[in-house]
Amino acid sequence: RVTTKMASMDNLAGDLRKTFYTDVTHAIKWRTTQLKAIGKLVEENREALLEAIKKDLGRSPYESVLGELATVTGEVNYACSNLKSWMAPTAVSTPLAQVKGMSSACVTPQPLGVVLVITPWNYPVSLPLNGIVAALAAGNCVVLKPSEMAEHSSALLADLIPKYLDNNCVRVVLGGIAETTILLNQKWDHILYTGNGTVGRIILKAAADHLTPVTLELGGKSPTYVDKDVDIAIAARRIAWGKFFNAGQTCIAPDYVLVHHESKSALVAALKDMIGKFYGDNARNSEDYGRIVNERHCTRLQTLLEGSRDKIVCGGEVDVPSKFIAPTLVDLGTHGADHPEAAPLMQDELFGPILPIIGVDSVGTAISFINSRDKPLALYIFSKSSSTQQEILDRTSSGSAVINDALMQYSMSSLPFGGVGASGMGAYHGEYGFKALSHMRAVLNKTTWMDLSVRYPPYDMSKLWMLEKML
Amino acid sequence: MLYEVMKKSKQRRRRGGPGGAACWLHRLLGKQLLNSEIQPSICSRVCVRIIYHLSVYLSLSMVDTLASDLRRVFYTDVTLPKKWRATQLKALAKLVDENRDALVEAMKKDLGRSPYESVLGEIATVSGEISHAKSHLKSWMNAETVATPLAQVKGLSTAQIVPQPLGVVLIITPWNYPVSLPLNGLVAAIAAGNCVVLKPSEISQHSTALLAKLIPIYLDPACVRVILGGVDESTILLKQKWDHIMYTGNGVVGKIIMRAAAEHLTPVTLELGGKSPTYVDKGVDLQQTARRVAWGKFFNAGQTCIAPDYVLVHNDVKAAFLAALKDNLKNFYGEDPSKSADFARIISERHCHRLETILKGNADQVVCGGQVDVPSKYIAPTVVDIPYDQIEKASVMQEELFGPILPVIGVENVGKAIEYINGHDKPLALYVFSSSNATQQEILLRTSSGSAVINDAIVQYSVCSLPFGGVGASGMGSYHGEHGFKTFSHMRAVLNKSTKMDLSVRYPPYDMSKIWLIEKMM
Repeated sequence: RVTTKMASMDNLAGDLRKTFYTDVTHAIKWRTTQLKAIGKLVEENREALLEAIKKDLGRSPYESVLGELATVTGEVNYACSNLKSWMAPTAVSTPLAQVKGMSSACVTPQPLGVVLVITPWNYPVSLPLNGIVAALAAGNCVVLKPSEMAEHSSALLADLIPKYLDNNCVRVVLGGIAETTILLNQKWDHILYTGNGTVGRIILKAAADHLTPVTLELGGKSPTYVDKDVDIAIAARRIAWGKFFNAGQTCIAPDYVLVHHESKSALVAALKDMIGKFYGDNARNSEDYGRIVNERHCTRLQTLLEGSRDKIVCGGEVDVPSKFIAPTLVDLGTHGADHPEAAPLMQDELFGPILPIIGVDSVGTAISFINSRDKPLALYIFSKSSSTQQEILDRTSSGSAVINDALMQYSMSSLPFGGVGASGMGAYHGEYGFKALSHMRAVLNKTTWMDLSVRYPPYDMSKLWMLEKML
Repeated sequence: MLYEVMKKSKQRRRRGGPGGAACWLHRLLGKQLLNSEIQPSICSRVCVRIIYHLSVYLSLSMVDTLASDLRRVFYTDVTLPKKWRATQLKALAKLVDENRDALVEAMKKDLGRSPYESVLGEIATVSGEISHAKSHLKSWMNAETVATPLAQVKGLSTAQIVPQPLGVVLIITPWNYPVSLPLNGLVAAIAAGNCVVLKPSEISQHSTALLAKLIPIYLDPACVRVILGGVDESTILLKQKWDHIMYTGNGVVGKIIMRAAAEHLTPVTLELGGKSPTYVDKGVDLQQTARRVAWGKFFNAGQTCIAPDYVLVHNDVKAAFLAALKDNLKNFYGEDPSKSADFARIISERHCHRLETILKGNADQVVCGGQVDVPSKYIAPTVVDIPYDQIEKASVMQEELFGPILPVIGVENVGKAIEYINGHDKPLALYVFSSSNATQQEILLRTSSGSAVINDAIVQYSVCSLPFGGVGASGMGSYHGEHGFKTFSHMRAVLNKSTKMDLSVRYPPYDMSKIWLIEKMM
């Protein structure tokens, strides 16, 4: 395993800050050049990237293009076309007291300085690169610490990034906990971390020492509600797609399903049907089906599955050495009677190709169930009824929500991508990424040719009303 | 009577549990206390007072589970409708209007501040924030529609960003603006539809006690609570899980708050401070510049987080600037500022002593003022002339002054000023006095600060459309106006996908030859 030498990391933040203060990252030209270079990196090394991802996750090139490479290209293009307007100051209104029309107020974005981006193994190319896009668009220097668990992808990025991007401003650090700790002891101007809540807390505490703001993209169990009277075939198709994409190792994957009892058996049948249509009789033989990232996680999922072995209605095969877990459906019964919340599968985020299905008697029950747990990163609602859709949306909270589909929100650069509560804080993608990694500075330019004498001492209380009127 | 009241409170259990009872009681009695015509006899007054304090005690004993109690209230959805929020905002406006004199009096007791400064610097800013919020609330609460790319079947799908309240927020405020900092925080949190716990500073005793008395009377006591106390009470609060914490104060406590918040993955807004630099260029109207700098500096006796902390003045105009400062100070406060009704006092003897010690370190460089009287918490408006080569070691140039002492340092050129500013923590505010566009732009481009003002000081606070917050050591996040609304909201991405069309190419079994199709549409 390759790791970056400790010595060269000692004061990485400080070194890059010195570069930052040479103002090289400020100009729009530099930023768009870097962004376009990321675009080229992806374009010119497509095969190598797909190969690396396949080695790390056994994922089909189709999913890697759709789910990773295309999203980076999308973010790069979106940033390039909008950067000029993002960088422009936004004028805001000034009240009369500030001598309206003769003063101006605006909000001006400024780079923060040096940003640290720490990413996980499940989308080992897009998560790092989309983070870098946001940081560079905002005019910062960046240090990327990609996951050591996605060995091939991280090594490839560490090799390519210095070839395409400005090496004085963008660095990649390879390593694990030890290297990350060295980095976390330093003073960054922002830290963008994608991963789990346990490490999220560690990052937040380390950031507190330097009063460094953080964006935490965490996870949780993203619920999916399936109503009565839905088009079961479409719901099943989209849920299965969202769930089994990347073998379930997606932070916004539909983690579990709450289905109205009237639709339940039809849904289970339709999901089984879809799995067969997607991956054939034996998913192991399908080119399109991914693998678990490593044996440890595979064993983790296997153990969880054991807790509900008798409830498996589809799949269930596990082969740890080949890191294979079949697309699996688990029928945990009905909420209330069967206590599905007690199942091991219903404790932590699954992050694997196992879909628990729970019957509910009403949308109200589903809402209570969702609200009794941590706020999730995503929430999926399959329903034809606008009032049901609205009821769920109004009475729950989640990072994002999608009606009648799954995962699609990730690729929309116009939508903020982030969590709330335990699923995270802050957001990025598109302009949200630009703003997250900028300081939006308030600038007021006051006229000098008029000066309200009433504002200065010695104060005359009888004149106060005049100033108050103008504020 | 107490029994009757407690029985009635059972009916309110859904809205606030045991704490709700105490608050209802508190509110009822608070109203009684305010309305003195209702209690002709001293005896009944005493009884009411006892019950009042008992209700405060009951409220305090619920501090342990305050966050979860309020979260239960939040989940009854009472704070969601625009009507509730608008009603609360109106009530807050009434609180300020109807108790103006009492508030001004309390601030005078706490800070010796002139009513003019209290109205201008605190009361008017709250009224301003409230009206701004009331007139914009509807548009802030609206979902924002955003563009969807072709792959999401443009025209048949919609994407929106929908603001949602976070839940229960904790607002901790300091003593220097003991009415506006708490209330402006409340405005933002309530506009965003949250339940709020306010922990105002125990150091500004009178203002804080008054707010604690008034808030439960005007605002919905089930949803908005005021907790009095110091470090102990704050610690109990900080152990709990909040959906957002807004803290205004210093960096040391800011770090403690952030670490406590980390346990629960609670996002924070930290309004901190630092030394806000002021650059005075040659070629400016020195009288006007000195007037505005002095006003910004000595307002509230320098105890303003965005006060111009120190001045870097171009060498060519330094002497004239110092003279103009002295002139203006005399115009403001007369020969003896301790006799001026317009000059405030230091909050406490401890802070007065702190400033006295700092001043002693540069006693030889005092060019104006310098008088200190700790028992009356008085420090004269003081100007200290520090030579550039002593800037790093000067006693007055170490930490945020937060007092009426203005260091003035001559610099060779704007470049040297920028160098010094960038060699230190990013400040909360930066002031540039220059008539040259180029100089203004140069400083703005090459430095960073929470906010920046050209040719004036501290006025950015009252512009509701500007975000108010720091960067780096001076803080994270911002509020005021829409920025406050967003700070206390979750901006949820909502995508509504059409079921009419379903691109089969997106599903397995995958056909690599078709992938260009989807890529084109993303």
